Amino acid sequence: MTLLTIDGVWKRYGEHEVLKGVDLAVDTHEVVCLIGASGSGKSTLLRCVNLLETVDDGAITLDDVEITDVRADPDDVRKRIGIVFQAYNLFPHMSVLDNITLAPRKVHGVGRAQAEEQARELLTRFGLESKARDYPDRLSGGQQQRVAIIRAIATQPRLLLLDEVTSALDPTLVNEVLGVIRELKESGMTMILATHEMGFARDIADTVCFLADGVLLERGHPDQIFGAPKHPRTREFLSRT
Amino acid sequence: MTTTWVKSDRQKEREKLLKARARRSVSAATISTVVVVVLVVVGLRASPGWPVVQEKFFNWDALVASLPDVLRGFLLNVTIFLIAEPVILLLGLGVALLRGLRSPVFFPLRALAALYTDIFRGIPVLLLIFLIGFGVPALRLQGAPNDPVVLGTIALILSYTSFVAEVFRSGIDSIHPSQRSAARSLGLSHGQTMRYVVVPQAVRRVVPPLLNDFASLQKDTALVATLGPLEALRQAQIYAYDKFNYTSYVAAALLFVALTVPMARFTDHLAARAARQRGGAT
Repeated sequence: MTLLTIDGVWKRYGEHEVLKGVDLAVDTHEVVCLIGASGSGKSTLLRCVNLLETVDDGAITLDDVEITDVRADPDDVRKRIGIVFQAYNLFPHMSVLDNITLAPRKVHGVGRAQAEEQARELLTRFGLESKARDYPDRLSGGQQQRVAIIRAIATQPRLLLLDEVTSALDPTLVNEVLGVIRELKESGMTMILATHEMGFARDIADTVCFLADGVLLERGHPDQIFGAPKHPRTREFLSRT
Repeated sequence: MTTTWVKSDRQKEREKLLKARARRSVSAATISTVVVVVLVVVGLRASPGWPVVQEKFFNWDALVASLPDVLRGFLLNVTIFLIAEPVILLLGLGVALLRGLRSPVFFPLRALAALYTDIFRGIPVLLLIFLIGFGVPALRLQGAPNDPVVLGTIALILSYTSFVAEVFRSGIDSIHPSQRSAARSLGLSHGQTMRYVVVPQAVRRVVPPLLNDFASLQKDTALVATLGPLEALRQAQIYAYDKFNYTSYVAAALLFVALTVPMARFTDHLAARAARQRGGAT
């Protein structure tokens, strides 16, 4: 069943065109990995899906409703989509528990006791139960990013966007974050990841999409993309990584 | 691969909707503004004392008659402001930098700077103007100024420098320590780090609160009137006592507003530009 469709999306900053008519469909429970060089438009595509950027043309639909409709309420759309950023973006003045329970309590109207119980369950599941009362600056990068992922899924979104979530981490910390994402896939979370971790993309993705200069040049099963890429630019990109 | 963008019908439809919404916003704003203005005017004119108030405060003839004198006085306010402002900026930054010195040798300077801000931020501006304006001439020191304008300006500078120093200090403190580390790691001294790396970033960050203090300073130049010089408030007062009509006060108020409003808009403009530079995502 199709959860999200991206249909001919264009995005430009002044004269610079970042996305040039991107089409993409994502099924429920599907994991899509976006690969491509920095500046190819991966992050911008994710930001468009979360309505952090307004598209200049084209449409994005979630659950068969167009979310890029100018009459749609962006906050209502974002309630159903979680996003995790490269730089974690945790709120430094709140404890881990408060970071996670903020949206459930203030946006979704969950009571404090219930929200904290759910947050503690998630923290336990991802091995962070001892950090509930700590502040983000006391945590390692890997722990902060895991908290950021928990914060994004605490509202039980329909779709999770992950924007190069391991790019700011050193190699020893990357695995703990990738482990969390792997577990989310097993639990059936629909995800779109922009990533530079090719091995991980091959391992976890149902579909891999290669973007270059704002165009989605090639898409397919990870074995096909990594094993027998059709487009010369995909071959060139993969040979350099 | 080249792809050129041809605007789709969907996008044209979307832009039409956005334009219609913008038009609705403008008309809603216009209607609510008109309603509010009408309510205020009708409410004022309906109050029982309105005819007297209109005669004593909003008298066109009195406005025209008093304006030249008030305006002449106002030029003195502007002069005081223009002289005080750059001095305050320099001294304020100086005091802030003194408080940031780390070496134990500089403890006396640091303590002095802290003492200065503690004392002068605590004294009401009007009180300080009295103390300096009447106190300094009473000392009968050789060469000490006794012109009330000069004394009043000195009092304003002393008071506002203490506020501005704190604004600068908070700006300097808000620059992330990693910037300092990066500069020191390149071999820059403490002074060079401040001069080339920290202060330029700090100043940009504190421009809005600084302009806020200066709007306040513009108004407080009127307090110098208490020492006797013929600035705008004093001129307005003379006219009011002479003709028993307070329209001159309104004239003075209008002049002060005319000076602070452009400054406020300028502050907004700077804040908006800073927000755009940080990236416009909502």
